[in-house]
Amino acid sequence: MSDSPQGFSLKEWIFTTDHKRIGILYLIGSLAAFAIAGTFAIMIRLEQYAPGQQIFESGSAYNTALYFHGAAMILVFLIPALTGFFANYFLPLMIGAKDVAFPRINAFSVWLFYAAIILALISLVIPDPPDVMWTGYPPYSVTTEGNTAFYVFTVHLLGFSSILGAINFLVTVIYMRAPGMGWNQLNVFVWTILGAFVMQLIFIPVLASAVTMLLFDKYLGTHFFDPTQGGDVLLYQNLFWFYSHPAVYVILLPAMGILYDVIATMGKNRIFNYKVLIYAGIGGVLALAGEVWIHHLYIAGVPDWLRVGMMITTLLISVPIGLMIMSLWGTLYKASITFNAAMLYASACLFLLLVGGLTGIPLAMTVMTANLGQTSYVHAHFHFVMALFSTFAIISGIYYWFPKMTGRLAEGPLAVIAFWINTIGVNVTFWPLFIIGVQGMPRRYWDYEQFPQFEPYHHVATYGALLVAVGMLLTLINWVKSAFWGVKSEANPWHSKSLEWTHCPNPPGPGNFPEDVTVSEHWTPYDYVK
Amino acid sequence: MRLLGRRLLMLVLAVATAVPAWASEEAEHAAGVALTPAKRWDILWDHVLIDLLVIGLVFGFAALYMLFKYKAKNPTDLGQGPKLTKGQAIAWALIPVAIFVADDFYLAAQGWTLWGIYRRVPENALEVKAIGHQWYWEFDYGNGVVTQELKVPQGRPVVLRMHSEDVLHDFYLPKYRVKEDVMPGRITYVWFMPDEITETLVTCTMYCGAAHSQMYGKVSVITPDKFTAWLETATKAAEASQNKIGAVTRDQVKG
Repeated sequence: MSDSPQGFSLKEWIFTTDHKRIGILYLIGSLAAFAIAGTFAIMIRLEQYAPGQQIFESGSAYNTALYFHGAAMILVFLIPALTGFFANYFLPLMIGAKDVAFPRINAFSVWLFYAAIILALISLVIPDPPDVMWTGYPPYSVTTEGNTAFYVFTVHLLGFSSILGAINFLVTVIYMRAPGMGWNQLNVFVWTILGAFVMQLIFIPVLASAVTMLLFDKYLGTHFFDPTQGGDVLLYQNLFWFYSHPAVYVILLPAMGILYDVIATMGKNRIFNYKVLIYAGIGGVLALAGEVWIHHLYIAGVPDWLRVGMMITTLLISVPIGLMIMSLWGTLYKASITFNAAMLYASACLFLLLVGGLTGIPLAMTVMTANLGQTSYVHAHFHFVMALFSTFAIISGIYYWFPKMTGRLAEGPLAVIAFWINTIGVNVTFWPLFIIGVQGMPRRYWDYEQFPQFEPYHHVATYGALLVAVGMLLTLINWVKSAFWGVKSEANPWHSKSLEWTHCPNPPGPGNFPEDVTVSEHWTPYDYVK
Repeated sequence: MRLLGRRLLMLVLAVATAVPAWASEEAEHAAGVALTPAKRWDILWDHVLIDLLVIGLVFGFAALYMLFKYKAKNPTDLGQGPKLTKGQAIAWALIPVAIFVADDFYLAAQGWTLWGIYRRVPENALEVKAIGHQWYWEFDYGNGVVTQELKVPQGRPVVLRMHSEDVLHDFYLPKYRVKEDVMPGRITYVWFMPDEITETLVTCTMYCGAAHSQMYGKVSVITPDKFTAWLETATKAAEASQNKIGAVTRDQVKG
């Protein structure tokens, strides 16, 4: 990992404007968040092992852990890993650019990200840590003793960081593509990042305004959400989910983008129905993203016409997502697949996506949520999409581009063993939660003395979580070991046709490409089939 | 090309008209039998589950088959994925879309029908106020009868008019497959049909603070006779204590 001839210099890393180093900084920050929030996940599962108090001294301590786990995993791990790390490191390489459009703004983005991490870490040691869940619903977030300000400021910092990133990457893709590269010659990953950042740009200001009103209500005596003074508690939920549903696609799209690139390269195949995938699939997701948020409020007392109307828009999401899935499956058709660690994780992702997506369909139906809403069924559903599918896609991407970043391979028995432990572990953890969710096990419970019949299921889920902990630890050990002592990789180990593999060394030096890149009108990054 | 387009259009129309017709037939069939909303929920859940299982198995086996079948014999082998003509590309978009949309409309029709039943409160329903507090439930039967246990008569629908005195809560009756948020400043409602004598529970499913998971109460379904007797006794007791409180206050004022 030494692209600096002078050796390691902390100052150079902090003040870097190089998109690759900024990417690595995002990777380190988001993996640290993953490790800490993952530790909380294990503690949460241990607490749920049996009814009654287990390892947390009180419900409040448990709630703080829930808050930190959710907020850190979504806001500090998933979104920054996908739109921070992967976008920064690989998007300029894929389009043949020397850097992003605004390198200094890019550096400012990663500083804001680290400021948010520091703030989140401080919130763990202050006397009254935030306990508002990652959703921060009032009135609780206003009346609680917990320090909601830390939640608000963390969201602000990450929001600014993402808005700056959005402008930066949209401009980069529009203006800095290699000469000759048309819109239909982009990697699918580039398109998914474009889609994700368009949504970030449109929707983040809404979330920022919602949490700012929360801050004003709690500390400055305003009454936006206080019904006794003419405010409305539902206003916050509407504003929050107007951003936070699109945020699911900010995570889902780039995660799927990684899969297309991994599967097309490892299968040496063209993307099936590329134009339909891009314009109908990703385009359709963008078109629907802002019209479905009420499905998070199906049981929140909103008017019935909204609950039925958005049931229909929500169900229709299956159309663009279905087209994306057709392309993903089609890319396997008549492929010539070589399995490496990246391809193993990508294969598992297909099934995780299937389970996560299909279990969401009942939750799109208003009346089904009358029983399923806010139970561990919902919990298992969105963990399949976000925690399992998206995280597996991230791991797949890290394995796939590992030689690009380090010049070394991270393959080997340790990678394969960790893969199987992870795959078995996540399924053992979350299938029992589906089952007891349908039978009425609520989410966010630190005790469940009223549901003693669910204890055996919680046992199984907890054992599964411990398996995942082992698998993730082995994966991390493998990466660190391989980064320093791994087998040296050839320049293009997967024989890819994409620019980041064909035109620059591992790892790329300053300016990325030894020679300026131009592409012909017949070139595509998936140009395998004769 | 034009012929293909017309055939596709016919197929889309056929699927789009056939599936909702079938869906509404099923709904009518179900409506003929007097079922509680909870029972209908279970039936619809089974339908949805079959729907998901079919899609899941088709795509799951397709993926599994292709992952094994198209494993490279030689690391240098290239894939042979077809390059689609314009017509094929459009067909590979429209046909799946038609199937997805048809399934969506089938599910939407089913869901909408049952949702209508969930929201239409029967006229003979017993009305009880439910009040959420951090961290307990209260039930107000009128005339000063306020309890922490929900007692209802068997065989008569019950509608709960709900609000919260502090933060958000959610009123969830797992046995009756209903839940709805409870909040300050707005009144929400759910109704359910207590069809058999039983003891069950209401529990909170909206995060509301430290004792969120302990916020549950007893729900007892008793015979109508027992219920009438209990309500009478409770009303008298409430009146008596009301008078007593009044008397005490007067005494205190005098003192």
